[in-house]
Amino acid sequence: MRTSSLRMFLVGGLLVAAGLALVVSGFASSSPDGLEKVAEDKGLLETARDHLFADGPLADYQVAGVHNERLSTGVSGLIGVLITFGLGMALFALVRGLRSRRNDSEPTRAP
Amino acid sequence: MHIPDGLINAYTSVGAGAVAAGGIGVSLRRAAQTLQERQAPLAGLVAAYIFAVQMLNFPVAAGTSGHLLGGVLAAVLVGPWAAAICVAVVLVVQSLLFADGGVTALGLNITNMAIVGVFGGWVVFQLLRRALPATRASVVASSGIAAGISVVLAACAFVLEYALGGTGGVSVGTVFAAMGGVHALIGIGEGVITALTVGVVLGVRPDLVHGAAHLQGPPLVLQGAPGRRRGEVG
Repeated sequence: MRTSSLRMFLVGGLLVAAGLALVVSGFASSSPDGLEKVAEDKGLLETARDHLFADGPLADYQVAGVHNERLSTGVSGLIGVLITFGLGMALFALVRGLRSRRNDSEPTRAP
Repeated sequence: MHIPDGLINAYTSVGAGAVAAGGIGVSLRRAAQTLQERQAPLAGLVAAYIFAVQMLNFPVAAGTSGHLLGGVLAAVLVGPWAAAICVAVVLVVQSLLFADGGVTALGLNITNMAIVGVFGGWVVFQLLRRALPATRASVVASSGIAAGISVVLAACAFVLEYALGGTGGVSVGTVFAAMGGVHALIGIGEGVITALTVGVVLGVRPDLVHGAAHLQGPPLVLQGAPGRRRGEVG
């Protein structure tokens, strides 16, 4: 019972994250963040270089080819949430796996 | 808070890369020892949530915005070791896929946000939590305040890196004053978002909150089982 409610929690949490990235991100402030603003104002960006992947398909939270800015940001955010979730799940499953092998006394339960 | 390429020189970037690699290496090992079964998928969710909320820049002053860093939020939910990994995963995805945060500055950004932000903030959280009564409200308040302070700590880490290897011609004092002021404001937003999120998770699944394990009654197993309920078999 607790396991299934954990699954519900994960699905709910993922929906919240996806909704924030897909919808709310389009309404976020487009002003530079604290560090960018300081770097701009103090002239630190003179030595800054363009990002290595500035031409990537998701660069600057825009999907290449999607021209509606809000939609483009939202879709890129949704892709980012799913990639981060997948990567995180895989990595932490791997981390847990390291432990199970070391610690035989703890029985593992199917998720 | 993401440093672009070229702002900090190569020596300092490589040094920060070593700090980041060491910190994440230790975190991976410690997370492998301490992370509980139900926390592993939660940690994946925490990373995804931080990615999403980092996109939500909020205005803080004229022409300036701030966004969540998420280090303390992650640490309170899944513990500091897994939290450092969560934030590092977000930073890697942002840098490699979204061109946010320089690739050569990845070590600097992981050091500031995933190491200093997480562990610095976690220490503050623990101090506050112990000083306050053992209630949910204390956990929420401690999370929020520690999160706010963690932003200023991460900003200070940037100033230190600038002092060691900044390529700009501006004095360290000037950068410190500018960074400190704006990040104190951003810290308020960080604190609010962190407290709200921790409050919601405490309301729905309090057993999932690592930083509230002391409210869950005596653990069944002595080591590495915070929050395990009486009678629940691992």
